[in-house]
Amino acid sequence: MSRLAIRVENLGKAYRIGLKEQRHETLLGALSAWVTSPVSNFGEVRKLSHFPKANAVDSPPSVSIGDVIWAIKDVSFEVEQGEAVGIIGRNGAGKSTLLKILSRIVEPTRGSARVYGRVGSLLEVGTGFHPDLTGRENIYLNGTILGMKKREIDWKFNEIVAFSGIEKFIDTPVKRYSSGMRVRLAFSVAAHLEPEILVIDEVLAVGDAEFQKKCLGKMSTVAESGRTVLFVSHNLTAIQSLCHRAILMNAGKTVMDGIPSRVVAAYLQSGERLLTERRWDDRSLVPGDGAVRLLAARVCSNDPVDLLSLDSQIWLEFEVLNLVPEAILNLSFHLYSQEGIMVLNSVTVPKALPAGDIRFTCHLPDRLLNDSLYSVELMIVMNAANVLLKIPDCLSFQIHDLERESAWFGKFPGAVRPNMKWTIEQADGASSGNGHPPTGTRTANGS
Amino acid sequence: MIETPPINSHLPPAVPTHPTKSTTLPVVIIQSKSEWKLIDWRECLEYRDLFYFLVLRDVTVLYKQTILGFAWAILNPLFSMVVFTLIFGMLLKVPSDGKPYAVFSFAALLPWTYFSQSLSGATGSLIQGTSIFTKVYFPRVFIPWVPVCSKLVDFAIALVMLVGLMIWYQVAPSKNIIFLPLLLLLLMLTSAGAGMLLSAMAIQYRDIRHAMSFMMQLLMYAAPVVWPASKMPSEFRIWYGLYPLAGVIEGFRAAMLNTGPMPWDLIGMGSITAGIAFLFGSLYFRRTERFFADVA
Repeated sequence: MSRLAIRVENLGKAYRIGLKEQRHETLLGALSAWVTSPVSNFGEVRKLSHFPKANAVDSPPSVSIGDVIWAIKDVSFEVEQGEAVGIIGRNGAGKSTLLKILSRIVEPTRGSARVYGRVGSLLEVGTGFHPDLTGRENIYLNGTILGMKKREIDWKFNEIVAFSGIEKFIDTPVKRYSSGMRVRLAFSVAAHLEPEILVIDEVLAVGDAEFQKKCLGKMSTVAESGRTVLFVSHNLTAIQSLCHRAILMNAGKTVMDGIPSRVVAAYLQSGERLLTERRWDDRSLVPGDGAVRLLAARVCSNDPVDLLSLDSQIWLEFEVLNLVPEAILNLSFHLYSQEGIMVLNSVTVPKALPAGDIRFTCHLPDRLLNDSLYSVELMIVMNAANVLLKIPDCLSFQIHDLERESAWFGKFPGAVRPNMKWTIEQADGASSGNGHPPTGTRTANGS
Repeated sequence: MIETPPINSHLPPAVPTHPTKSTTLPVVIIQSKSEWKLIDWRECLEYRDLFYFLVLRDVTVLYKQTILGFAWAILNPLFSMVVFTLIFGMLLKVPSDGKPYAVFSFAALLPWTYFSQSLSGATGSLIQGTSIFTKVYFPRVFIPWVPVCSKLVDFAIALVMLVGLMIWYQVAPSKNIIFLPLLLLLLMLTSAGAGMLLSAMAIQYRDIRHAMSFMMQLLMYAAPVVWPASKMPSEFRIWYGLYPLAGVIEGFRAAMLNTGPMPWDLIGMGSITAGIAFLFGSLYFRRTERFFADVA
């Protein structure tokens, strides 16, 4: 029988957003407003902490009544001890507000939450770090701020320092550290926090790739050690790998609650509209000129096009209306990744084409692209020289890194991510006789 | 905002064969609650390590990267003493209970400097500590308390200076010196109480910060720093005692400089104010702390 760690009931949090100040048309109006401003200012400032109880109850979340906005509203869920729950959602969905309430930093406007056990909250790494103090002093300060006892830190001190990898600078003021070192030290302290319930906001997106790897590894041991973890992240790979359960929030409400892979899929599908299919039915709006026009373009896959993974087979289709018989045409497209890197340029062989609708299909090689948002810039070229048509954001599609077997859940670097063949063998092959096939060969899938 | 009831019906009944650790977990109920409540001393005790390191930070950081370091703790009151001695002692001939004006004013500047620094530190503490308390939970009352404790270091250093001055001017202390800790306690209680009130107000109404500098001047001239309380007409004396600094400063002089018997009338009245200030300050602070993070 598992026990409750957190029970959240009808939780709601309202904030005041500043309303536009009144403008005064006349000098007299401005003058009288200036005289009475202390009174109205007092009202304004006081309002920050006072909310009308009755009339705000029925307003939907994220809809302002006057200048009140509900950051979260009517949120209810339970978390059992030992569960690792990921919370995902767009910016402004209320994730951080929820964590702040559970960390007892802000008070809910309505509803309640029961928390069983000591809560350690990591809403930021390095809270309370003072630049003038040394690394050693900051470890103690930051550790106690996060809720550790002095004896606990004494006990773990060497471990913390070793984890951060900055042993040499431990007695140097933190202000002389590079920003990377500071983050490593801060995270090392945080990583050694051992409360019953750990509440983590997007703090893992710090440090270099190597250190992130270390942190996520530490996170997974925490999650596996039976502690309750509440984890907000945009790193969907990490959510899926570390959490047993995910909650999707949107506009202050919980939209979905369940197995991480499903919730992540729902989140991705609710994402911004990708241009995976375009069709110009109204021929007057078709891009192009008297010689050639683009009728349709689409991204196709054996998987749903809004949920492409690294292993999806992907092909692009373009339908072109050729108006000049026997025109020598070829298609060319540039593929850009989210970072604006042009990943590749692919062209067809110039060919004399009959008049009418012509379909071009381009199959991308399997397992070529990394996870990113890709956009396709299309060009239709005549006589291999003359660009008739150029459409910068013709199509766009996103490839997600949905499953990862290794211990690292950070963003995999690089523009492409093909499967590479690796062989691993003993190097002193000469003594074991020449001509033998290599032993211990295996392929790794590059992830 | 938060109460920690004893472990009871909130938990499902414990399985008797499996007395797991979880049955002893404290329950925290988080909900909107506006109420007057006192300081949760048990919780403060729980977090005492944090308090220690916050005070340590304050002390360590204050004189980092200065040339004179802790000498500043002496120079501040010393400078005031020189000015006061020139203006009030030599120019205006303000009476000084028969003692050299320099020691007379320095003995008063000692508690006054501590009071003004700890009070202004406490008042601004919440505004300065925003980056910490909006990220993590701990007893919020620590924030205004930290300067009240960390400034004690300056006080102690300046006390050594006073002893030096006493030797120089050959002024002997009275045996009432044993009451010094009591006076100090009164001082701490007053500045902690006023500090809690003012910091809780300042986090929402930033006017407080702007008003502080002239408030401090007013408070200083109201206190018997540059003049002796013996100048106060006797019919007002008992009411004047309601200002805790009156009793503390006069008590300091009586104890250190042997200017007369301990002014227990002033100290007694001051204790009433100090107690009320601490009680009301903590009540107001505790009532408003639930939305500090919202208005910060």
